Amino acid sequence: MALNSRTPTGPLAEKWDRCLDQLQLIGPNRKPKFRVIIVGSGLAGASAAATLGELGYKVDCFCFQDSPRRAHSIAAQGGINAAKNYRNDGDSIHRLFYDTIKGGDFRSREANVYRLAQVSGNIIDQCVAQGVPFAREYGGYLDNRSFGGALVSRTFYARGQTGQQLLLGAYGALSRQIHHGKVRMHSRYEMLELVVEQGVAKGIITRNLVTGEIERHAAHAVVLASGGYSNVFNLTTNAAGCNVTATYRAWRKGAFFANPCFTQIHPTCTPLNHPQQSKLTLMSESLRNHGRIWVPLRVGDERPPQEIPESERDYYLERKYPAYGNLSPRDIASRAAKEVCDEGRGVGAMKRSVYLDFDDAIHELGSDAIASHYGNLFQIYHQITAEDPYKVPMRIYPAPHYTMGGLWVDYHLMSNLPGLFVIGEANFSDHGANRLGASALMQGLADGYFILPQTLGHYLAQQKSGPVANNSEAFRASEAEAIEKIARLQAIKGRTSVASLHRELGEIMWNYCGMSRTASGLQQALTEIEALKEKFWSSACVCGDSNNLSQSLERGGRVADFLEFATLMCRDALTREESCGGHFREEYQNEGEAARNDRDFAHVAAWEFCGDEIPPLRHQEPLLFETVTPSVRSYK
Amino acid sequence: MNFTFRIWRQRTAADKGQLVAYPVSDISSDLSFLEVIDTINETLSSRGEETIAFDMDCREGICGACSLVINGQPHGPEKETTTCQLYMRHFSDGETITVEPYRADSFPVIRDLVVDRSPLERIIQAGGYISVHTGEAGDANATLIPKHQAELAFEAASCIGCGACVAACPNASAMLFVAAKVTQLALLPQGQPERLHRVIRMAETMDHEGFGNCSNHYLCAEACPKEIPISLIARLNREFLAAALVGQEFLEPPHHSVHHE
Ligand SMILES: Cc1cc2nc3c(=O)[nH]c(=O)nc-3n(C[C@H](O)[C@H](O)[C@H](O)COP(=O)(O)OP(=O)(O)OC[C@H]3O[C@@H](n4cnc5c(N)ncnc54)[C@H](O)[C@@H]3O)c2cc1C
Ligand code: SF4
Ligand code: FES
Repeated sequence: MALNSRTPTGPLAEKWDRCLDQLQLIGPNRKPKFRVIIVGSGLAGASAAATLGELGYKVDCFCFQDSPRRAHSIAAQGGINAAKNYRNDGDSIHRLFYDTIKGGDFRSREANVYRLAQVSGNIIDQCVAQGVPFAREYGGYLDNRSFGGALVSRTFYARGQTGQQLLLGAYGALSRQIHHGKVRMHSRYEMLELVVEQGVAKGIITRNLVTGEIERHAAHAVVLASGGYSNVFNLTTNAAGCNVTATYRAWRKGAFFANPCFTQIHPTCTPLNHPQQSKLTLMSESLRNHGRIWVPLRVGDERPPQEIPESERDYYLERKYPAYGNLSPRDIASRAAKEVCDEGRGVGAMKRSVYLDFDDAIHELGSDAIASHYGNLFQIYHQITAEDPYKVPMRIYPAPHYTMGGLWVDYHLMSNLPGLFVIGEANFSDHGANRLGASALMQGLADGYFILPQTLGHYLAQQKSGPVANNSEAFRASEAEAIEKIARLQAIKGRTSVASLHRELGEIMWNYCGMSRTASGLQQALTEIEALKEKFWSSACVCGDSNNLSQSLERGGRVADFLEFATLMCRDALTREESCGGHFREEYQNEGEAARNDRDFAHVAAWEFCGDEIPPLRHQEPLLFETVTPSVRSYK
Repeated sequence: MNFTFRIWRQRTAADKGQLVAYPVSDISSDLSFLEVIDTINETLSSRGEETIAFDMDCREGICGACSLVINGQPHGPEKETTTCQLYMRHFSDGETITVEPYRADSFPVIRDLVVDRSPLERIIQAGGYISVHTGEAGDANATLIPKHQAELAFEAASCIGCGACVAACPNASAMLFVAAKVTQLALLPQGQPERLHRVIRMAETMDHEGFGNCSNHYLCAEACPKEIPISLIARLNREFLAAALVGQEFLEPPHHSVHHE
């Protein structure tokens, strides 16, 4: 099957304008006759819901938290990129585009990434108008910093709380539309199924998490903005509720899942300290500007760090990558940390962390200077670990952080199912095999404020307006599926906690489908996942009542979906026989460096669900590079 | 370490709840408070019993979902700390720890430790924003904002909407929460056009939702995990007074619209 990306023709810089020129419009009187469902209230969902409400559409927005303001976007720290070139340091739309596509290791669509860079400036304008308190200089102008190794300063930020402030801006806009009756907000609701009629998305089935009621919601279009699936790894930097259910269920209804194996592991997170740990906290990457990363040279060296002399330390990043050293890119730094821990040289109680040492920087610059850079982060670290980074080196370890894969979408952000749109981290569109820092917030808001509201209108213009029915056979069948799944979960009546089964899944995925992957390991993972699935369906304890708030039922359903989705991830990793970005296959490397294979794999892998007993089909969308020439990343 | 957790269990909003004791033994002091409840829940699962319901999501102090009253204090004993950022090393070995939901008329219990905080949503919906459509904004650097003013606005904007201020207040007042949003927007040039009717609309909704008045107990700011200062309440009162001086008739009347099918 040929996937049509609907990328406009013409020069790269003109594609979006050409697309806009050709979009059909809907008159203001007709807009209120269209109903749109949005699943998710993070940056992508909230910005889309607010903007569509302003335009006059009837919007229903859903989130599983008790308030849209608590979506996982709230936790983003570092900042948001935009090609404003306020610093006059050589930035441009083209340069932001190039950095993003190169950062993604040439596995994303040129036209989408270019458009992202084009609208990036409008995002900052919009957010400032909403009252987002970005950092400022003494002159009253906006401050910028360079982030994640970028050579230009294009990152806008609000201390370490950029995601919070951007989301509260979008939440304000959303709240205004709720007040005006344009958006109906459904908090504490979970989407369980997508409803598809004759290949067209028509609505969703939800569970009211407070009353347990299963409900049908029909609309002229459905937008998924449900975030990423990092939590398939269990221990991650993501919020506890992040899940794959919405996108995975849509996949089972015919939407293609693109590049599910492209996941990002962040090198600087708090380490695993005890087996009951529920979360790994992101420590800003900026720490690597002054901290030096090392482990003991010798396996089994149990001495405290201060007692290990210089000559018996291995500053492995400085040794292996003299040019970039401690600032090597995320994927490289992460893999190197795993390697030294696998060799048995890891530190800390669980032997799965490496030192990030500020001793030299403190001697050179003084602790005040270090405090002014990192005071807040040191405090957070101290709070979590009870260790004082001014006195003993921090311990860090990589953790799953972001998922580049997601539902396949075309240039209009529509999936292969007409009427189903996917935005934000839930789609696959802009980050290829690796995402650059400060670009997820940009993408979520670009999709929600500026792109989807235009392209969705074009789709709706071709639909019949007016009331939508929720009594078709497709609605009935999807509702029955949702009810049946809940009944099956409750019928297990086992004694194994869902949390412990999730931990087991996380370990399998981390060991075999994490930072570095091999064909045999992935085969092993597929076998172990099958066994774990059986264990889940025979021994899980999902014992809440279904007509009441039941968190064990919620988590049970999510983990059941993760278990099935994990198989798809492993299959994708197995069939992509190359190393690129966050996907490192040990078999494909040149002297330890990722070996990309553009001849055979310069394409998007889009998977089609074919039934529970039949393996999924792998489709390809070739990636054509008209403007850039894929180059090899080298950091030696 | 060993503890006895006395945890509020209440199956539905209509039920009468009660405290139930759960002993926990041999846990590491590195566990977070919520991780202890996780372990209790795992034990309950292994007995085939329904787990204890509690709100949380980010587990790093930013989403505002977690909400417990621990030994009588919203978010527990540590200053400037949310429940999810509490660690067992902050408690003494052998201690009995009482865990209850927020208690406020405006926040009814849904189940166990989970309460309904939606009244805070409606306060924001009434006016806690700047009315700007997507696409209307001019260049971001066309509006200059002095650095210190931007920082004050930022500090007010750092409220996470957790509702601990309400739970801590004997009158269940939401003044600190409202003051934080009103202050953020009143400090910024973009917030000026709607400044007066914003404060009126938000304050009216606050009353309408049944939150109490402030009678200067200052417990809200003590409980606030984000250090929203008590002085903002004085500022809120000044904003409100200014609006009252202008007079209702010159401000847009608050209107509540419904969703038309
Ligand atoms: C710790 C951390 C720091 C980060 N820092 C940065 C940074 O500095 N810069 C940057 O650019 N990016 C950063 N990121 C990445 C970025 O935060 C996310 O990629 C982005 O916020 C995702 O936004 P979203 O709107 O797509 O999804 P989310 O914000 O995850 O929102 C998902 C929404 O979907 C809803 N939902 C999900 N499933 C269902 C369902 N089944 N039914 C109903 N509702 C559902 C949820 O309730 C929620 O409202 C960071 C990520 C992490 C984890
Ligand atoms: S003012 Fe403080 S306590 Fe009240 S909701 Fe905001 S953060 Fe929570
Ligand atoms: S769980 Fe997010 S603030 Fe506590």
